[in-house]
Amino acid sequence: MSFELPKLNYAYDALEPNIDAKTMEIHHTKHHAAYTNNLNNAIKDSALVNKSIEEILTNISKHPIAVRNNGGGFYNHNLFWEIMSPNGGGQPKGDLLNAINRDFSSFDKFKELFNNAAATRFGSGWAWLVKQGDKLIVSSTPNQDNPLMDVAEVKGTPIIGLDVWEHAYYLKYQNRRPEYIEAFWNVIDWDVVSKRFA
Amino acid sequence: MPFELPKLNYAYEALEPVISKKTLEFHHDKHHAAYVNNLNNLVKGTKFENATLESIIKEAEGGIFNNGAQVWNHTFYFEQFGKDKFDLLKDSPFSDAVYRDFGSLDILKDKITTAAKTLFGSGWVWLVKKADGKLDIIQTSNAANPLRDGLKPILTCDVWEHAYYIDYQNRRPDYLENFWKIIDWEIICERY
Repeated sequence: MSFELPKLNYAYDALEPNIDAKTMEIHHTKHHAAYTNNLNNAIKDSALVNKSIEEILTNISKHPIAVRNNGGGFYNHNLFWEIMSPNGGGQPKGDLLNAINRDFSSFDKFKELFNNAAATRFGSGWAWLVKQGDKLIVSSTPNQDNPLMDVAEVKGTPIIGLDVWEHAYYLKYQNRRPEYIEAFWNVIDWDVVSKRFA
Repeated sequence: MPFELPKLNYAYEALEPVISKKTLEFHHDKHHAAYVNNLNNLVKGTKFENATLESIIKEAEGGIFNNGAQVWNHTFYFEQFGKDKFDLLKDSPFSDAVYRDFGSLDILKDKITTAAKTLFGSGWVWLVKKADGKLDIIQTSNAANPLRDGLKPILTCDVWEHAYYIDYQNRRPDYLENFWKIIDWEIICERY
């Protein structure tokens, strides 16, 4: 069984003007597709072909670096597409909002922490909202690492992931990463994020 | 004395079509400029306030290192480009070293290109001169610079996506193939 590039639940231009159609198309059909192919090549002929991506990532320190880079790239982009929607934006509700208020004191304070993690990640990487036991934590990782990996500083279940590799925003925002981060909140799908949290 | 953004030795469109005017404008006026600004803000009141970039690269950590090294890296990167000077590798101590350590200039280019293709994430690929005079090729992540390890940089290739994304998007190999067309080999020889 090999991993497959998932289809998006929306059109490439559906997240305009927050994320432009050209960026979405290249990001999905080129970058994400390359991670998927490279992951399949890296695990073929090994025992990993029968494992789930989560199982592979959890023990990533035991696997070759190509599995870490491409397995992370495969999983992270799956999550990223899934938590965005043309009908996104607004604020979380219910249990998720309660947990955010409990752990960050307010939604605005959480956003500020997350924006800062995303803006200050030097080089390529991701910003995360992580569920660790009952607690929510904001973190960031370099390159295609993620909180499922045993090598991550902050380990847990990723609830939100924001791609801050330059390829995620350069065609539209160039050096203005903070504008891209701000635009992300307009397309985040809080229903999906709540389900990931539950 | 605050750190200053060096001017380019050529016009923004001089490297077209290999590197577009738009890329060069963003790369120099925004990215390189931001590293200079950030560095000036970060060093205030620290022991690095009057330091050289080289000592920052060798001794600093965190934000001062990242921004200081990126100032140096970009200056070094932009300086090595020139118009219509490609394939101008004359007999020199550098060309002797290339033949001695790699066999040919094409092999050297291939090895640097491969190192640049396979660097994962943001970073730089360097041709360096080691203490024993031999040439070597190394990859560094993010801002890291070979001076820190006592190596002398001779040539560098920026593989942060901002260096090529407007012109080549995901096609980093195309950027690398064209990169060789704008190298000013006279400058590389002088550096060696």
